[in-house]
Amino acid sequence: MSIRERLSGNEAVAHAMRQINPGVFAAFPITPSTEIPQYFAQYVADGAVDTEYVTVESEHSSMSTCIGAQAAGVRAVTATSSAGMAFMYEMLYVAASSRLPITLACVNRALTGPININNDHSDSMGARDSGWLQLYAENGQEAYDNFLQAMRIAETADVRLPIMICQDGFITSHAVENILLEEDAAVKAFVGDYTPRHTLLQGSAMAVGPYDTVAFCMEHKVQQAEAMKNAKRAILNVSADFEKTFGRKYGFFEAYRMEDAEVALVLIGSTAGTAKACVEGLREKGVKAGLIKLRVFRPFPAKELAAALSHVKAVAVMDKSEGNNGCGGPLYAETAAACYDLAHRPKMIDVVYGVAGRDCEVGDIERVYRHLLRIAETGEVGEKYIHMGVRTSEQEVL
Amino acid sequence: MTRKAKDITEQTPWQELTPGGEIYEGGTSMLVNTGEWRSDVVIWVRDKCKQCLLCAPFCPDSSIPVKDGKRDEFDLDHCKGCGICFKVCPFEAIRFEKEVK
Ligand code: SF4
Ligand code: SF4
Repeated sequence: MSIRERLSGNEAVAHAMRQINPGVFAAFPITPSTEIPQYFAQYVADGAVDTEYVTVESEHSSMSTCIGAQAAGVRAVTATSSAGMAFMYEMLYVAASSRLPITLACVNRALTGPININNDHSDSMGARDSGWLQLYAENGQEAYDNFLQAMRIAETADVRLPIMICQDGFITSHAVENILLEEDAAVKAFVGDYTPRHTLLQGSAMAVGPYDTVAFCMEHKVQQAEAMKNAKRAILNVSADFEKTFGRKYGFFEAYRMEDAEVALVLIGSTAGTAKACVEGLREKGVKAGLIKLRVFRPFPAKELAAALSHVKAVAVMDKSEGNNGCGGPLYAETAAACYDLAHRPKMIDVVYGVAGRDCEVGDIERVYRHLLRIAETGEVGEKYIHMGVRTSEQEVL
Repeated sequence: MTRKAKDITEQTPWQELTPGGEIYEGGTSMLVNTGEWRSDVVIWVRDKCKQCLLCAPFCPDSSIPVKDGKRDEFDLDHCKGCGICFKVCPFEAIRFEKEVK
C-alpha cells in the first residue's frame, strides 16, 4: 500500500535514500541540494540507516569518495547542485569510465556565473557528455520514483554507468506537495541488493581506473558508448517493473495530448506542469496543442522522440539552459538532430527560457503555442533561436 | 568479461576487454615494458658495490631486485632512468649515463 504524505522534493529523495540504505553517502552541502544530506544526517544520527556518512571537504572529494566506495562493492550516493557539480567534473568522468553505477541526486541550479542560486538546467546539461545517465522529474513524486529506479537501471550488467536523478531546484526541491511513498519493505524488495561481479574488497587482487594507453583507451570508450545504448532497454525494463509493482507508469518521456497534436513543445522538468495547464486551456479553444516532457536525457531517446514528433507541424524546443553555441540550447540541438531523418520534419524553433530562475507562467507558454500556430499556418519559421521573458529594446519575437 | 590482463593484447577486440579496463590480478606492470621511454640509464659497477642495499628501497619502480640479502642486476625493462639510485649510492657503484640504443 502506498502511503499518502506531503513532502518537498528534497525530503522525498532523502526518504528514498533512507529506504535504500546505501553503503556510503558522501556529503557536501550546496544550495539547493543541501537539505538532502541534512535530512540524511538525521537518519544516520537516529540509527535509521547503516550508511557510512562521509563529510568531505569538497565535491571533488565527494565524487572521489563515491568512486572508492562503489569500487569497494557498496552503493554510494551523493547530492549536489550547480558549482558543486562543476567542481566534481573530473571525477564524474572517472566514475563513468570506471563503470561505477553511483547515484547522484542533482538539484538543478544555474551554473555560475554570474553567480545565481535559482533553477535552470545549466549544471547537469554541462555534464551531458560525461557518460552519466540522466533522468529528470516534473515534481517531487517523479524525483522519488526516479530515485527508486535509479540503481537498478545503473547496475544492470550491460549498463554499469553512474546515474543522475535531477529535479528543479527550489521549484520542486523545496515545494511541499502531495506525494505517494512506498513502504520500506516494498522499496527494499524492488531495489534489491547490490552484487557487483568484482570489487576491491573481494579478496583477490583488483585494480580500478588504470592508465589506459593508446592501444586500449578508444576500445574502453566504445564500451561506454555501447553501455549508454544498452541503458535504453534497462530503463524500459525497470520502468515496466516499477509500474507493475507500484502502479505509476514511466518511459523515456511523457507524451501529453500528442496523438493529434499540430503544435507541440518539448521540454524538461517542472515547467511541464505549467505547460499542461496551458495545453488544456488551448484544447478548450480548439487548438491541437501537445507536449513532450522528456524524462530521460541520457541516453537520448532520439528515435522514439522523432517518431512522437513526426506528425506535428511546428515544434518549440524549450531549453532551460543557454547553449552558448550561437544557435540554440542543448535540448534543441539533440531534438533537431533526432528529427533530421524524418521524411516530413516538423518546423522547429528553440526557445531558451527560465534561465537563472526567470519565471515562466501559463501565459508565457501560450505565447509560444500561438507563435507555433503562426509558423504552422504560414510555413514561415523566422527566427529560430529565441530568448523568452527577457527585457529587450527590440520587437519581441513571441 | 573477466579476462586476466595477461590474456589481453593489442589485438583483443573491445567486446573482450574488461569493463573500464579493470584488472583482476596483481603485479601486471611486469607484463609491460615500462622502461621504454628512458633517456638515461644506470649501470651497476659490481666490484665497487658493498651490498649496503641503500639503493633498492629508494627505487620508485622496484627495479633493483634483492634476493637473499643481496641486490642483483637492474631490471631495465622497468627502470625509468630517474637516477635516484645513482644519487643515493655512497660508493660510486652506480653510473648514470646517456642511454645509447
Ligand atoms: S634509475 Fe631510478 S628507476 Fe632506475 S633503478 Fe635507479 S632508482 Fe630505479
Ligand atoms: S647503494 Fe651502491 S653500494 Fe649499496 S647496494 Fe646499492 S649499488 Fe651497492
